[in-house]
Amino acid sequence: MTEPTMLSKEVQILESQTPGATKGPRGRALSLSPWADYALRRAGGVLLSVALLVVVTFFMVPLIPGDPAVAVAGADATTEQIEAIRNSLGLNDPLYIQFFHYVGGLFTGDLGESFAYSTSVSQIIATKLPFTAELAVLGIILVLLVSVPAGMLVGILTRGGRKKWLDVSFGMLTGLFQAVPQYVVSTMLVVVFAIILKVLPAAGAASLSALILPVIGLSIAPICSIARVVRRETSTVLEQDYLRTARGWRLPSLRLYARHALPNLLTTALTLAGLILAGMLGGAIIVENVFNWPGLGREIVTAIVNKDYPVIQGIILVLGFLAIVLNLLVDIILGLIDPRTLGGKSNG
Amino acid sequence: MAETARPRRRFRWTSGLIVGIVMMSVMILTALLAPLFLSEAAEKLTPQASQGPSAEHWLGTDDFGRDVLARSLVATRLTLLMTAATTAIAVIAGIAIGTAVWLAPRRIRAAVLRVIEAAVAYPSLIFSLLIAAILGQGTWSAVLAISIASIPAFARLTANMAASISQRNYVSTARLLGVSGPHIITRHLLPNMAEPLLVLTATVFATTLIDLSSLSFIGLGVQNPEYDFGRLLNEALVNIYSQPLQAVMPSIMITITGLSAMLIGDGLAAATDPRGGRKFGSLRKASEIPASMRADSEALVEVDNLTVSTPSGVPLVKGVSLSIHAGEVVGLVGESGSGKSLTAMSIAGLLPEELGVSAKTMRLGELNLLKKNNPRTLATSIGLVYQDPGTSFNPALRIGSQLTEVSRVHLGQSRTTAFGRMVKALADIRITQPEKRMKQHPHELSGGMLQRAMIASTLVTDPRLIIADEPTTALDVTVQADVLRQFRTINREMGTAMLFISHDIGVVQALCDKVIVMNGGKILERLTGEELAAGKVKHPYTKALLAATPSIAERKAELVTVSAKDFALDEVFDDASAAAGGDGTNGTGTKETAK
Repeated sequence: MTEPTMLSKEVQILESQTPGATKGPRGRALSLSPWADYALRRAGGVLLSVALLVVVTFFMVPLIPGDPAVAVAGADATTEQIEAIRNSLGLNDPLYIQFFHYVGGLFTGDLGESFAYSTSVSQIIATKLPFTAELAVLGIILVLLVSVPAGMLVGILTRGGRKKWLDVSFGMLTGLFQAVPQYVVSTMLVVVFAIILKVLPAAGAASLSALILPVIGLSIAPICSIARVVRRETSTVLEQDYLRTARGWRLPSLRLYARHALPNLLTTALTLAGLILAGMLGGAIIVENVFNWPGLGREIVTAIVNKDYPVIQGIILVLGFLAIVLNLLVDIILGLIDPRTLGGKSNG
Repeated sequence: MAETARPRRRFRWTSGLIVGIVMMSVMILTALLAPLFLSEAAEKLTPQASQGPSAEHWLGTDDFGRDVLARSLVATRLTLLMTAATTAIAVIAGIAIGTAVWLAPRRIRAAVLRVIEAAVAYPSLIFSLLIAAILGQGTWSAVLAISIASIPAFARLTANMAASISQRNYVSTARLLGVSGPHIITRHLLPNMAEPLLVLTATVFATTLIDLSSLSFIGLGVQNPEYDFGRLLNEALVNIYSQPLQAVMPSIMITITGLSAMLIGDGLAAATDPRGGRKFGSLRKASEIPASMRADSEALVEVDNLTVSTPSGVPLVKGVSLSIHAGEVVGLVGESGSGKSLTAMSIAGLLPEELGVSAKTMRLGELNLLKKNNPRTLATSIGLVYQDPGTSFNPALRIGSQLTEVSRVHLGQSRTTAFGRMVKALADIRITQPEKRMKQHPHELSGGMLQRAMIASTLVTDPRLIIADEPTTALDVTVQADVLRQFRTINREMGTAMLFISHDIGVVQALCDKVIVMNGGKILERLTGEELAAGKVKHPYTKALLAATPSIAERKAELVTVSAKDFALDEVFDDASAAAGGDGTNGTGTKETAK
């Protein structure tokens, strides 16, 4: 959860330095339509991100201090066992051949074999991914449904310094839940709802009700982060000239806020939300461990402890790829809401 | 409302910041003292395993008979040390990379920035799991993993800030003068980023604390026999049914630590944010003052004794009275901070809500502007044109839907009808390809075109009054003339009354029947357009304004200087400082003139 909060701070700082600095590029000479131009540049960004992901996960094994095969086999393994592992990891080949094999495998969906289970990594991921996806998708939906209206409402109610008490208590409450790690919130949810009140299951994925606590545990911190961002963006947007223009047109409140304020505040809020939502993939790993949820998060932790390198590589590839897709989705939504962003960033 | 000057920054101690620092100090003290006194209780294995709370063990004991409270307190040291080390590595490396890219050749910089950008897209926790997998599990590999994973984000933020600073004049000047790269970083970039970097560091501290303890919590960070907060919670989770209290204390400790870092970060940000510290004040009201001599019940617009003041009661507009007759163009002249925009926006009912407005009378026809009026009546009676067409249009919406907003919402016209009329109105003012313009976004049109479109849109409701707040200031000189011509045509052909605000007395003179000169929230002089054209002005301030306008100054062939003794000093001086402090506009110009 590092970047999102830092980013929102950055936006806050940059905005405070240059009031109204969020202006789009003007009069770009476009040879193609903005969308085609944007799609091209964005595709380049996506390719770079994927390439980075592939390179980084590949270098994981060569970078392991000492002989990875010894690390895998354990201290009292025989030379033959170590040699067998060296062969199965392809460690005897030159680095570029290893990389070639790795990338080739990725194209055919072959992520290697797990050491621990002697099944293919893609099979492990195929059985575990649905659980993590279930958690993440429900979490993301919950976060967006709660944080945007809540942040906007508080932003509108506290505009121009009104309702100081609401401003302060909103800041305290969201700040508190941002400061508490997701696993602490989740553990406390277990203590309260599963142990004291005994209304919801504490762990496992056996029933639909078992989803409730993990999704809430995963979502509370991102809800608070995004609600804070939305609230701040709302008060910034409400002070813009164009909102004064809209007030001069004496529009009804709903039209004023929903049509004239919302798209503009969503631009910045969503830029940050993309990273926060992607961060929820990381959060899912932690939360899964609290609730013993049989997803990728538990699997990767076990794999790291067991030094099951192919599984680690595979899961990081999948999670990283999902993060890229999430960011891309957010950017497409941004482009639809505010076409000025099409001229902007091209990466991520 | 003209140029917004940046108010001087002052460090404000907020209660959040103080609470944060106090809490953090308590944690640091705990980290220093607890291991000295409580190590034995925390680490010695005793037979009293898994006990509930008692007088001896306030929060009970764990599986090995160690005191839960003591362990939670002792764990503070390792947690804080790890977090501090991680933050230091991430911040130093991030700053080094983020600033160094700005000295690198353009191509390398672009490449590095793109890689950083791509790296930031991944959740840092996933990245740190990868590093933890490479380095193995343990305290220092956790520190390295989290700090390396945090570097891209911090580098990116530093690079962004360095980007905005390195474009400023003094940095380019330093470059031109041949100042060396590292020197530019230490002398120009870092000092100007110090404040935001400090805030970000506090935030990084809070987030690395969470990340580090998360890693320990899932068993990949601190390993037995060492323990931090995350490790303690990891151990507590196993016994959560039998010993739920074991999870509570570490949870509280980590919450306090994280919260204090967060409060310090927020507090620092608020303390250095020039926009903070605003108060919400009163609403508009009718004042008790008797009608002044200027009252004019015949006029279309009558403003009698208008005052506008800040929430703290500092007056910005002090008893302004004016009237506008049907078909008349009244100019309001004065420099920034003179209260002319505040006066106009009071009439329009669009002042920032924290400002208090009161007047004996303020009406448009029979419409009492001191009361809350029907939005439809207001929207169709008063047409508004603002200073900067670049910011007064909503960047996210198409031109067409903005220009037809009033027709559709208040006149109940269908989309097609409203669009058809607007296209015709645009064509009337010679805007090329009006259909295409309607479908474009504001950033695709020039400022002059936007401003003319805005003027055209005010006409479709056939308003009784058009208020134009410095409508030509943000435009090029040639475009200015065009826009002014448009105002004149409207007034001549449709007989619409206008209140025209400008700091440029030349512009006002060309257009207005009556001219009102304002300074420091008061009216200094009232003139007719002819008197102004003939140079028959009495007040020295007006003379100075005239002299400052090149076209007129040329004709007069002499430069009039104004000195303080020429007119009442206190009047201007007080008002200027009040206005400067109040609405954020710049009052220094007035002070200099007064001196």
